[in-house]
Amino acid sequence: MMRFNLKIWRQQNPKDKGHFETYTVDEVTPDMSFLEMLDKLNEALIIEGKSPVAFDHDCREGICGQCGVMINGRAHGPLNQTSTCQLHMRSFIDGQEITIEPFRARAFPVKKDLKVDRSAFDQIIAKGGYISVNTGQAPEANHTLIPSEQVEEAFDAASCIGCGACVASCKNASAALFTAAKISHLHKLPQGQPEGPFRVKQLVKAMDDLGFGACSNTGACEVECPQGISISHIALMNRLYFKT
Amino acid sequence: MNSLLSITLTEMNTASFSIDANYHLDAKVPPGPLEQKWQHFKSNSRLVSPANRKKYHIIVVGTGLAGASAAASLAEQGYNVSTFCFQDSPRRAHSVAAQGGVNAMKNYQNDGDSVFRMFYDTLKGGDFRAREANVYRLAECSAHLIDQAVAQGVPFAREYSGYLANRSFGGVQVSRTFYARGQTGQQLLLGAYQAMMRQVGLGKIKSYSRHEMLDLVVEDGMAKGIIARNLDTGELGRYAAHAVVLATGGFGKIYYLSTLAMGCNGTAIWRAHKRGALTACPSWTQIHPTCLPQSGSHQSKLTLMSESLRNDGRIWVPKRKNESRAPIDIPEEERDYYLERRYPAFGNLAPRDISSRAAKERIDAGYGVGKMKNAVYLDFKDAIHAQGKETIRKKYGNLFDMYHKITAVDAYQSPMLISPAAHFSMGGLWVDYELGTNIPGLFAIGEANFSDHGANRLGANSLLQACVDGYYILPYTLPHYLAALSGEPVPSSRSEAFGIAEHEVNNSLQQLLTIQGTRTVDDFHRELGKILYDKCGLIRSENGLKEAIKEIDELMGEFYQNLKIPGRHDEMNDELEKAGRVADYLEIGKEMCIDALSRNESCGAHFREEHQTPEGEALRNDKEFQYTSCWKYDKQKPMLVKEPLQFEVVTPTERNYK
Ligand SMILES: Cc1cc2nc3c(=O)[nH]c(=O)nc-3n(C[C@H](O)[C@H](O)[C@H](O)COP(=O)(O)OP(=O)(O)OC[C@H]3O[C@@H](n4cnc5c(N)ncnc54)[C@H](O)[C@@H]3O)c2cc1C
Ligand code: FES
Repeated sequence: MMRFNLKIWRQQNPKDKGHFETYTVDEVTPDMSFLEMLDKLNEALIIEGKSPVAFDHDCREGICGQCGVMINGRAHGPLNQTSTCQLHMRSFIDGQEITIEPFRARAFPVKKDLKVDRSAFDQIIAKGGYISVNTGQAPEANHTLIPSEQVEEAFDAASCIGCGACVASCKNASAALFTAAKISHLHKLPQGQPEGPFRVKQLVKAMDDLGFGACSNTGACEVECPQGISISHIALMNRLYFKT
Repeated sequence: MNSLLSITLTEMNTASFSIDANYHLDAKVPPGPLEQKWQHFKSNSRLVSPANRKKYHIIVVGTGLAGASAAASLAEQGYNVSTFCFQDSPRRAHSVAAQGGVNAMKNYQNDGDSVFRMFYDTLKGGDFRAREANVYRLAECSAHLIDQAVAQGVPFAREYSGYLANRSFGGVQVSRTFYARGQTGQQLLLGAYQAMMRQVGLGKIKSYSRHEMLDLVVEDGMAKGIIARNLDTGELGRYAAHAVVLATGGFGKIYYLSTLAMGCNGTAIWRAHKRGALTACPSWTQIHPTCLPQSGSHQSKLTLMSESLRNDGRIWVPKRKNESRAPIDIPEEERDYYLERRYPAFGNLAPRDISSRAAKERIDAGYGVGKMKNAVYLDFKDAIHAQGKETIRKKYGNLFDMYHKITAVDAYQSPMLISPAAHFSMGGLWVDYELGTNIPGLFAIGEANFSDHGANRLGANSLLQACVDGYYILPYTLPHYLAALSGEPVPSSRSEAFGIAEHEVNNSLQQLLTIQGTRTVDDFHRELGKILYDKCGLIRSENGLKEAIKEIDELMGEFYQNLKIPGRHDEMNDELEKAGRVADYLEIGKEMCIDALSRNESCGAHFREEHQTPEGEALRNDKEFQYTSCWKYDKQKPMLVKEPLQFEVVTPTERNYK
């Protein structure tokens, strides 16, 4: 059994200034997930009549992108390529203090405690993060052959889960990795190329309009991305952007 | 025999349900031969002219594959659509978690596939408990989905030549499954989400994220809109439309431990049920054979390991009870590859219900492995030996990584531990051929309905069903409904019916908050899940189900006496959200048990202990139970309405996978 001291960001609502509070959880087992440890804390808080810590999560298997907090200053915690929900307590040392904060960025206002508003990501996609094909228009799938390595490259970019760790770990709060991943996913496939120039222009503009910062190539985002998406996609985005 | 059975049925009636023999259910199956029915519908359906479409408002609740594809397709046609989801983005619907693949009849492998074979596999997989015409249409529309998804940019796996690749899945003998690494659901959903967001950008769709539907508004017998709660602010809103589509997914989370996301729920369909919509076969739940076993009481969910692993992994348990050696130290002759032994023709690819029960049989008999003796081995030793580690890594690398993240075990070295977990709701809202419920204007698509999968769903068929419902069926059948409204204006949300619905929702939220007892929502949910898993799960019996009903009644009583939720209703309140869902789950759980009790036969995933063959397989009783059990809501005593299943083309046979 393990025991931890937690220092958690508490904020009632978007207007509240917010502050840290400390808690102790014990009877934690190494195979508990990080979120199950928070569940345990919350059940105890509720029984004591206190307000539980609000945090985001849904699939709890690393694919929906709903979870995500800063753990000891790192987005999604100490492990590489691991989302918060896939982190287990065996990755921490018994007795350790763990600081838990929301993903912070100008474009991601805090809603409550550890939950932030990431709807700006949806707005970026709505501006052109798609291939314009109506239902029913598609030609026979095997008419366009796409070499498997090319599909795999597109896939590397397409695997983004939209969690926002890239933004939270960037000192400029830039959404370059998120945006570039979508541009790159669609650009690397023949069916995505006709709209390429339009897409790049639209998405880059949306990113700026929504209050995300500029990318200064520090590479911090790549390190924290739970899907291991490479910053080489940002370079591709920049190349495509300057071409337009 | 017959009269005996009807006596037991009558006895049970008085106890837990009644039968409405006069209710007329119209399945609206078009006339003509099976293979021409859908064409017949499309050729004869009513249309709305392009200029008039913008006058029609449609609400789509749910933005998974079913909801997002329907919303996008309808908006492309020119209708005004509003979408709702409880997550903070439409892209996070639980379709995102599907791993293994999606079936489609392309016959790219030239291995004997055809629309008829796919239809037959699906119908047989469901143990002949689905409507022939619906199942045939699913197979018929499957091929085009792959074209659509590829055009959207879905990166399906390909051969080096650039052609699309396939794999095989449980319950069939052809390779018709398309896949995108182990993230097929994510990639298909992103395709549908992007199509939907394009319409949001064009102003044709208004998307409400973090909004939970808490009631259906029915006026003059027709669906007129919904009441939804903004989960960030707690505010209730009234939303009116010409039609409401429920695409709210499955409710397998009712078992607490399941492969579903934490927020998955039955609330939308249950509240619609309370307003008059019929459910169908609510107890038919797929328990998936390859999930990670429970490791302790803290556990909040069970992670699925894709069934595709069964293509190369071999399932076994030790031949000796209470085996203590490590799996790699157990010699070949002391291993029992029980699926290969019992089902030589399908082996490790036997259908899910059969594989899960076979695992449970071994575990219950004392051969289980792992810390809690609740698992079986899934072993890649032979596949790695035959194909090389690299090939296996390429096929399943992300699944092996995920396994490692969760368990800290390297499955390239040592077999995985797997066990059955609740996974998919075959049951849901009853729908006719047009995907309409019995309430005019209320439609149900995707996992939320009961339609194509019968008593057991084949792997990779439900992504397909969600997509086919949303892209290809609803965009024909919903306009057919709207055209008959002949230009009626959007219903007013100031009507009495809206007022009453909002008031009732408000009251029920307040009621939950005032209890202020001593137990948390999760605590109740865990207890309910355990009752259902033990007594209305893989194996059911008359006595067990009767006990379960009693236990659920007691738990429900305690819930309303002793629940504790902090906070208020007019703010973000996660516990209040969960409490509403669990309140519904308690009622759903009871109806599930009644449904399972009323069906005195075994079929597919519904395995009644009393009805099995000498070899322990499900024993159907077509003479008495060749019908879909539809339920009319009543808190105490739901009413059974039967939709007879007629098989015009196939003859139901014993489902044999030996
Ligand atoms: C782990 C896992 C793996 C799977 N793998 C496969 C596979 O390989 N192949 C396959 O074919 N199938 C697979 N399935 C099944 C398949 O993924 C689902 O059946 C299918 O995706 C369901 O899609 P849907 O659109 O009906 O529902 P979902 O994708 O679950 O979407 C439900 C939507 O409804 C919304 N919602 C729910 N309730 C409310 C409410 N009250 N108010 C507002 N919104 C609400 C949610 O926010 C969400 O947007 C898998 C399922 C799981 C759980
Ligand atoms: S909860 Fe879905 S990615 Fe973590």
